[in-house]
Amino acid sequence: MEQRKGSTILFAKPASIDAFAAVGGKKECEGPLGKEFDLCDTDTMFGEMTWERAEVAMQRLAAKKCLEKAAIEANKLDMVFAGDLQAQCTASNYAQRDIGAPMVGLYGACSTMAEGLALAASFCAAGYAKHAMAMTSSHFCAAERQFRFPLEYGGKRTPNSQWTATAAGSVLLAPNGKGPYVQAVTFGRINDMGIKDINNMGAAMAPAAADTLLRFFSDTGTEPADYDRIFTGDLGAVGSTLLEQLCAKGGKKLTNHSDCGLLLFDREAQNTGAGGSGAGCSASVLCTYILPKLVRGELKKVLFVATGALMSTTTFQQKESIPGIAHLVYLTSEAGSHS
Amino acid sequence: MNLTKQQYAELVKKASPNSKLLPDCLWAFVVGGAICLLGQVLRNAYMVWGMTLTDAGTLSSATLVAMSAVATSLGWYQKLASKAGAGTLVPITGFANAVVSPAIEFKAEGFVMGTGAKMFVIAGPVIVWGMMASVIWGVVYYFIRPFLG
Repeated sequence: MEQRKGSTILFAKPASIDAFAAVGGKKECEGPLGKEFDLCDTDTMFGEMTWERAEVAMQRLAAKKCLEKAAIEANKLDMVFAGDLQAQCTASNYAQRDIGAPMVGLYGACSTMAEGLALAASFCAAGYAKHAMAMTSSHFCAAERQFRFPLEYGGKRTPNSQWTATAAGSVLLAPNGKGPYVQAVTFGRINDMGIKDINNMGAAMAPAAADTLLRFFSDTGTEPADYDRIFTGDLGAVGSTLLEQLCAKGGKKLTNHSDCGLLLFDREAQNTGAGGSGAGCSASVLCTYILPKLVRGELKKVLFVATGALMSTTTFQQKESIPGIAHLVYLTSEAGSHS
Repeated sequence: MNLTKQQYAELVKKASPNSKLLPDCLWAFVVGGAICLLGQVLRNAYMVWGMTLTDAGTLSSATLVAMSAVATSLGWYQKLASKAGAGTLVPITGFANAVVSPAIEFKAEGFVMGTGAKMFVIAGPVIVWGMMASVIWGVVYYFIRPFLG
């Protein structure tokens, strides 16, 4: 039987991650995790005429590669949970035109991968799906022109600003398999500490990440040190500092914390400000770094906490503060490692 | 974790790095100055070629705008601006960049609703409020002119 403790859902039968795949753009493939991507495109257009279509192509490629690795056909997919940053989630919706599986579109900004993974794991653990896919993407160029300025506009980025990743990640889950496993999930609550600076999203999201993590530790009676690594995505440099301070104030010292936004890029050499961001950032780091390490047994118990800044350009211009959210997924390399 | 918004704002302020004021100012000064120097060189050159002062001024502005448009479409202007900041924003080349960049970017949505509708999305507010300011100044100037001698 599934159990719920506080905000955390602990699966009696943890869902297994059968396959995963990541697709990246030029900058991402030149970054520290470049070699781990399944597919790269050197001009980030993916053979398409617009950035929006390029993002669709990325998701389609990530899905196909993932299905290929799992050796199943698209028609075996019972559920797809997909999201991206484009308005009305179009990259995900259009990518599904070719896949044709039952589909739930999600918007959680940079938190979408954890949101999708948590939902797909819940469906598998409950027996509602034999094959469920979680998939997200973001494209720097599509996001820039939607949220900020045209690409060729001569603007100067602030040192706090983050760099939207051009990447897609896809994860296939099943009720039974050889893992890695999703043991527990904690869906986040909206946290808004009044941050209004759209160029400092790490600061807007850090309280949500701290809230979800503290809630998870309290629900499970565990400590940060009980896990090999705690991954957030994507707080960047500023948000990571703030998260560690907030957790310390909550009585939990994070000494094993890494941020996906800081893993994807070499932020000094690649000039990415406070680090990477976007729905594709944590998704691609999950599929190129975290899950491979769990498969190889280099990591055994991991918390994956993806964070999202849930404003729009309209609410920003209307001087609203930025609500943050963070969803947590507890991943293990072996099936029976409930804490 | 009981933290007020004010307490959190303090934490954020401490954790967030400031822009590097001196290098940023130097970049802006040198690049902005170089663009203005180029304008002056162009104006003198046009005058040497026999233009009147007014024509030479107009032509050098037009030349800078054309150069900025070309540099923008090749992606060079943005690269320079990421370092130069206000040095590339303030001169007339920055205004050209602000018009050309959305014109290119939104071509994907068509020439009418894309390029046409979005071309002035950045420069538009500058034109609207710039014109408004000049009207107000014109009225003020009308009344104070008798006292200026």
